[in-house]
Amino acid sequence: MRKLTTMMTAAAALMAASSSIQAQEVEVLHWWTSGGEAAALNVLKEDLESQGIGWQDMPVAGGGGTQAMTVLRARVTSGNPPTAVQMLGFDILDWANEGALADLNILAGMEGWDDVVPEALQKFAKHDGKWVSAPVNVHSTNWVWANKAVLDELGIAVPTTWDEFVAALDKVKAAGKTPIAHGGQAWQDATVFDAIALSTGGPDFYKKAFIDLDPDTLGSDTMKEAFDRMAVIRDNVDDNFSGRDWNLATAMVINGDAAFQMMGDWAKGEFLNAGKTPDEDFLCFRFPGTQDQVTFNADQFAMFAQGPEVGKEQAALATAILSPGFQTAFNVVKGSVPARTDVSDEAFDACGKKGMADLKAAASSGNLYGSMAHGHANPASVKNAIYDVVTAHFNGEYDSATAVDELVTAVEINK
Amino acid sequence: MSFSETANPRGSVADRLRDALPKLVLSPTVAIVAVFVYGFIAFTFYLSFTDSRILPSFGWVGWTNFENLFRIRAWDTAVSNLAVFGLLYISICCALGLLLAILLDQKIRAEGFIRTIYLYPMALSFIVTGVAWKWFLDPGIGLEAVVQGWGWESFRFNWIKDREFAIYTIVIAAVWQTSGFVMAMFLAGLRGIDSEMLKAAQIDGASTFSLYRRIVIPQLRPAFMSAFVVLAHMAIKSYDLVIALTGGGPGTATELPATFMYSYTFSRNQMGIGAASAVIMLMTIAAIIVPYLWSELREKK
Amino acid sequence: MSTAPNSTTFDPAQSGNADSQKRTWLHAVKPARIILYLLLGLFSIYYLLPLYVMVTNSLKPLSEITAGGMMALPQEWTIAPWLSAWSSAQIGVDATGLRPYFINSIVMVVPAVALSTIIGALNGYVLTKWTFRGATVLFGLLLFGCFIPFQMVLIPMARMLGLMGLAGTVPGLIFVHLVYGIGFSTLYFRNYYAAFPTELVRAAQIDGAGFFRIFYRILLPSSGPIAVVCIIWQFTNIWNDFLFGASFSDFDSQPMTVALNNLVQSSHGVKEYNVHFAGAIMAALPTLFVYIVAGRYFVRGLMAGSVKG
Repeated sequence: MRKLTTMMTAAAALMAASSSIQAQEVEVLHWWTSGGEAAALNVLKEDLESQGIGWQDMPVAGGGGTQAMTVLRARVTSGNPPTAVQMLGFDILDWANEGALADLNILAGMEGWDDVVPEALQKFAKHDGKWVSAPVNVHSTNWVWANKAVLDELGIAVPTTWDEFVAALDKVKAAGKTPIAHGGQAWQDATVFDAIALSTGGPDFYKKAFIDLDPDTLGSDTMKEAFDRMAVIRDNVDDNFSGRDWNLATAMVINGDAAFQMMGDWAKGEFLNAGKTPDEDFLCFRFPGTQDQVTFNADQFAMFAQGPEVGKEQAALATAILSPGFQTAFNVVKGSVPARTDVSDEAFDACGKKGMADLKAAASSGNLYGSMAHGHANPASVKNAIYDVVTAHFNGEYDSATAVDELVTAVEINK
Repeated sequence: MSFSETANPRGSVADRLRDALPKLVLSPTVAIVAVFVYGFIAFTFYLSFTDSRILPSFGWVGWTNFENLFRIRAWDTAVSNLAVFGLLYISICCALGLLLAILLDQKIRAEGFIRTIYLYPMALSFIVTGVAWKWFLDPGIGLEAVVQGWGWESFRFNWIKDREFAIYTIVIAAVWQTSGFVMAMFLAGLRGIDSEMLKAAQIDGASTFSLYRRIVIPQLRPAFMSAFVVLAHMAIKSYDLVIALTGGGPGTATELPATFMYSYTFSRNQMGIGAASAVIMLMTIAAIIVPYLWSELREKK
Repeated sequence: MSTAPNSTTFDPAQSGNADSQKRTWLHAVKPARIILYLLLGLFSIYYLLPLYVMVTNSLKPLSEITAGGMMALPQEWTIAPWLSAWSSAQIGVDATGLRPYFINSIVMVVPAVALSTIIGALNGYVLTKWTFRGATVLFGLLLFGCFIPFQMVLIPMARMLGLMGLAGTVPGLIFVHLVYGIGFSTLYFRNYYAAFPTELVRAAQIDGAGFFRIFYRILLPSSGPIAVVCIIWQFTNIWNDFLFGASFSDFDSQPMTVALNNLVQSSHGVKEYNVHFAGAIMAALPTLFVYIVAGRYFVRGLMAGSVKG
């Protein structure tokens, strides 16, 4: 497998060598096509253009990057890889394993990336001690979004434990509203499950189950408890949840039809776009029981080898991505927080500031974990196998005991 | 028998070239199909026995991928869904297409206009009509909400949210897309039927119903064949439709082999299992299509 | 149909003419006509509903959609979503709208459709009029190729394109569409030419006409209807293709469907459904146009060719 890739990379190198003389350009494959994201990426493009480096844009949206990954495979197989590709977690390591990525160590050393990027994140940006990609942001996924007016009206304080949360849900239900706005798509189910597992079993349990894939932990009673709690969530969503897009679920909270939504920090953009203000119209808080932890997923640009050495334009791109200016400009728009922990939080709003502080604290106390639901705890094959079980359970195909058994088998087959 | 052979008893170089010309014309197609269809099929067969994950790789693992494939519950669902979907889709499209064609064949005013209405869905890509369908079928905002808004409070239409019924909503949308095309095929078939024969049958006192059953429909057999080939090929390749409407959900309830194969090959980095599912799919297609093609093509000779 | 058999009669003036419509027994019976039109109308609603959803939502402001009025007519009519989709919506980093991608698609679709139609016509000609031993088997193999799932060929195709030096180019993309379009175009022309009198070809051959001359002078002039069918079919499929378009294009040759997909599938951003629908209808306009303009020849073409034995 490696041989084939090396051959193709070499072929690509030959082609690149002949073309890089005439034009300094970077080709970037990504799936950031919505207004805000693309505008933020434009900051990067302009930065490079000011250095005389052209930007060849290759957006392919869909399926949270799935389509882009398919296209990438076609591009690499045909010996024509892009300069940089937006990528998540384990995908980066998989490509690094194939020997397709560039070695950015010299650059990283010069710019001191090791000191400013949290260690949990470095696990996905480095392979065999070599930097292979440039991290852009950190999304944290264990957020709860709430409609403040609804909570105030019903006299609900921000819940800090699972029991308080359940009590709050009951209150909302009694008032005739939908307690939880949820979209029944596998990744959304898994996002909720992530937070619940972390809250139920604590960080050690989360790590053993989803990162170490320990069969005993996966099959434990705590896991069953987590599934039972999922069933509680299931009882508190409306009848039409299945297949709903996450942003339509967010709209339910914005419109006051529902009280809570469990979703990553990108949901904030929807609130802001609807003219809502954090802490006044809506609240953001960590999922009850996970106040000290942060589960994250990080967008990065994996750098594909264009030749035996890192080209000037590729280096410039990587430098620009990690510059504090871009990290701030991009993340203010995107709702996420910078991948560097040394960036000022001045430009961020209340939720953004909270997110940055949480990340810093979690990173230094060892409470920063890759999110299972977003491909930062285990490889794609395992992740999707877990999705299958969580979704089947959420849709009532399995009871909790069966779900635990199925989880163990599914991870076993796909490990 | 080829008459070009008999026409040229003596063969100069030019003559021989002329004789070979038809085959020469056909040869690029043959070469292309040999490499890009059958070559790739062979490649996929090979991949299904390897440990390919993110890219093709050539470590031989025997039947492991097939064994794993049959341990995955979603595959069973996908296969039985294809059976249900394919059967319903092909038969409903044929029935509806035939009905519409017969209705349209009654000297209808504005036939061209109505025909275009029935035909246009073929022109649209499911990337977005999928969203329109999704909304329409959604009980919260679509048909159910509208009918309830009219005062029929007990009206229920929540198939898309129901594991048992979701696959039928896929059928509804798929039929919407292609039945117009099938209608056009049958309409063309109807227009080609000899009217003298109908007249004779009419004089013999055949009823309208038996006229269609005994004389018209049997003559539409070639149209059925074309429709079958087109529909079967669409059913097997149905991918956009499922992704846009349900994303394979609720749960895995609307998974089809095409979505399964894509997901294992490209999003789950299990190219070996993906290839194994493609092999099974191809063999199933062959088992159904080949005898059919064989009987149809042989008869024509 | 509920017509009583005794009340049905043929119109003798009409039934003799093979080209005009013949079966007119329903014509005489008024209630049956009403039911007939009612049925046709009902089916029209079924076919038009999704279009209704798309058109109405493309003409209202986003706030009306997210507030829940997805099935209602717009309270406030606006064409802003259309303008945005055409020229200012965010597709990638640049807010270009769909406009530039239109050209990319046309540059790719026109040659791909033309080539696959021409090759299909020639293949059909050879397979019916210059038939040889094994021609039917060959045709069967060709036809079976139509059933190959495209997801399966993606990786090997990428490799081949890379080896041929066509990766990420427009000719490469045209080639891919050509390869997987030949099956159906050959099917259409073969069935059409099968019904064409072989005696005419034979006579021309005795007169000394060559292979191409016979094709050009005798078969081609009467191939109009089936060419329409073939072109409509290929145009629709190639124009609407996403998988190949996304995988085998380059940053400057991405087709319309990829742009539309980028517009619609933004992952973590605000979804502007009104712009999405406007873009979708826009992307479908060329195919709709082909259907409407060529629709009348379409049934005629099917009639003359592909559905006959």
